[in-house]
Amino acid sequence: MKLTGSQMVCESLIQEGVDVIFGLPGGAILPLYQTLPEYPALRHILVRHEQGAAHAADGYARATGKPGVAWATSGPGATNLVTGIATAQMDSVPLVLITGQVTRAAIGSDAFQETDTTGITLPITKHNYLVMNATDIPRVIKEAFHIASTGRPGPVLIDLPKDVLQELAEFKYPETLNLPGYKPATGGHPSQITKAASLINQSNKPVILAGHGIIISNAFNELKALAEKAQIPVITTLLGISSFPEDHLLSVGMPGMHGVAYASLAIEESDLLIAVGMRFDDRITGKPSAFATNSKKIHIDIDPSEIGKNIDVEVPIVGDLKIVLDKLNTKIKPNTHKQWLSQIDELKSNHPSLDIRDTKKLLPQFVIKELWEATKGESVIVTGVGQHQMWAAQHYQYTEPRTWITSGGSGAMGFEVPGAMGAQVGAPSKVVWSIAGDGGFQMTMGEIATMVENKIPVKFAIINNGNLGMVRQWQEFFYKKDYVATIYKNNPDFTKLAEAFNILGIRVTRKDQVKPAILEAMEYPGPVIVDFVVEEEENVYPMIPAGQTVGDMVEEPRTTKAKL
Amino acid sequence: MNNHSQTSKHTISALVLDKPGVLNRISSMFRRRGFNIASLAVGQSENPDLSRMTFVVVGNNSVVEQVTKHLNKLIDVIKVLDLSSENVISRELALFRINSSSQARSEIMNLSNIFRANVVDIARNTMILEITGDEEKIVAFEEMLRPFGIIEIMRTGTISLKRGMDASTSLPQPKERKNQSSWGEAASV
Repeated sequence: MKLTGSQMVCESLIQEGVDVIFGLPGGAILPLYQTLPEYPALRHILVRHEQGAAHAADGYARATGKPGVAWATSGPGATNLVTGIATAQMDSVPLVLITGQVTRAAIGSDAFQETDTTGITLPITKHNYLVMNATDIPRVIKEAFHIASTGRPGPVLIDLPKDVLQELAEFKYPETLNLPGYKPATGGHPSQITKAASLINQSNKPVILAGHGIIISNAFNELKALAEKAQIPVITTLLGISSFPEDHLLSVGMPGMHGVAYASLAIEESDLLIAVGMRFDDRITGKPSAFATNSKKIHIDIDPSEIGKNIDVEVPIVGDLKIVLDKLNTKIKPNTHKQWLSQIDELKSNHPSLDIRDTKKLLPQFVIKELWEATKGESVIVTGVGQHQMWAAQHYQYTEPRTWITSGGSGAMGFEVPGAMGAQVGAPSKVVWSIAGDGGFQMTMGEIATMVENKIPVKFAIINNGNLGMVRQWQEFFYKKDYVATIYKNNPDFTKLAEAFNILGIRVTRKDQVKPAILEAMEYPGPVIVDFVVEEEENVYPMIPAGQTVGDMVEEPRTTKAKL
Repeated sequence: MNNHSQTSKHTISALVLDKPGVLNRISSMFRRRGFNIASLAVGQSENPDLSRMTFVVVGNNSVVEQVTKHLNKLIDVIKVLDLSSENVISRELALFRINSSSQARSEIMNLSNIFRANVVDIARNTMILEITGDEEKIVAFEEMLRPFGIIEIMRTGTISLKRGMDASTSLPQPKERKNQSSWGEAASV
């Protein structure tokens, strides 16, 4: 069967089970767009900016576990995807990105809207392709989905010259793959697993440090089984949140720069750290040489290059967590760790960390807690980056996997709007709340129009302090309150903005308005913007300054009475 | 980064797909991760679809471990071997253009004989010498030539193969590759 390159792309996407594509057209990718009507199985969502397409595909992938797909035209279309690609690469999110390119003959001539897309995206993709013959399209797409979604997932980009999209060639979707350089290890080495089990069986004060890998590998049950069998407390990284139910007795929360004090202290007190699907990010370790110095370490990850990169470990295991933890669980002995768990309880009561001070002012932490209560913790939460992100990590309790979606490694402000859009498309039966900063919201708010057009009913909770709050907090701590370029003097009226988009807007300035506004938003059938005008100079605590140690933690306010 | 040992030179060999852009992927990874390449040599391998590369990398053991792991992560890289501690043959070819007045010629040719270098070009006041050997030999030869006046040096970079019958830098057979689950074994992600 002879097809055009464009038809081959669509056929191949259908073969890979794709049902939605986020994109925006332009000259070089136009042949692909003109073919789309022949393929009604492919739902296309027209975004307002290509960054929105990439972040939306990311949100979709994190909500579903399936690869997200975004496409854009050559030149500026492709470069606008870049922030979204880098975000997915840092957080191991499977994306397949397709970009149009100038015709083959024009490549290298600085043609109109020509950019070296594979060159630009080389360091921020797991792999990328420039396809020079239409016959290669099916193989490349099959490889791209395989590479994006297996091993340590990540974004794969395919650059397609316009005349390759128009070229006719024989279409046959390959059944097998030939990737001699790509064989992710999955099983874990048996003798390493035995060593890990014996360390766990000997340990008196073990902690599990669970990361995004648990969610990617769908290893929630295996993690829970490990924790429960030997009664090991579970600490989760920022991206590991929702990998272990936070209402569980063994849940200890998030450690690190803005983690709860008792989690960071528990790591310091522990004699064995079982790190699963995480990468010892600097926000967790602070100063690496002073991190968890009393503990031996087991590190299980599917990416061998993460092992020994930041922290030395005693027992490394390379493999897929679902498989490795399953094997490990059969080798560990039941335990109670009574003394250790009571020590952790003591840490929790001595270092409450999450108490919200009692004041008439509208505090952002209070808004998040009310949101948790009003939604019964059943929403999917998507955030931007900054103070609101940390409060959302701290004050909302996550019990189900894939209910917490945030830009961790790359810390991309603006993720909250399109990221939530993609999550809602992936999880249509869930209520999706975007907890947004007023700064990040304004970076990508054009996508509200996309949501109205496509009936994507995301609820926005703007934590509006009129500040680039986290940066302002750093200025307060480290630059003598010299607030350079962190205060927005002229934010728009977000409720009027809602009106302009023809959706519901609610402004909240008092504590008693919070819950009714949340409930009203959830009853409204479409997108809603709730503008929570919160206390301006509120800080995120605890705080371990960058590159420092648990001993340098600023814990204030320690109790409910402080800072009234 | 951890400091396990002193900084020194390590030889790493990689078998890679012979496709456009592969060298770019590898050099981009080295640049981005801040790894320091002392020399790099690329050429076709026994399989026309594959190239073999030899890198000389400067760093301590943990740096070399990271280099090999990150090389392995690249989809177009098939196999990576750290040859630092192995019993290996390493060779480099160098060309030297030097000043050679007619009086100095015989002394230069004597030196070349001692080093088993060849005279490959001769002009009225200059000569080109060709030498093959490991890095130490080439550096020693360069030192001996310096007094005559070196005009240009061109070096290929080191290439290495393991000694003996164990052709361990060749592409493993499919059966062998099934055992890649062991930690530290070549595995991309």
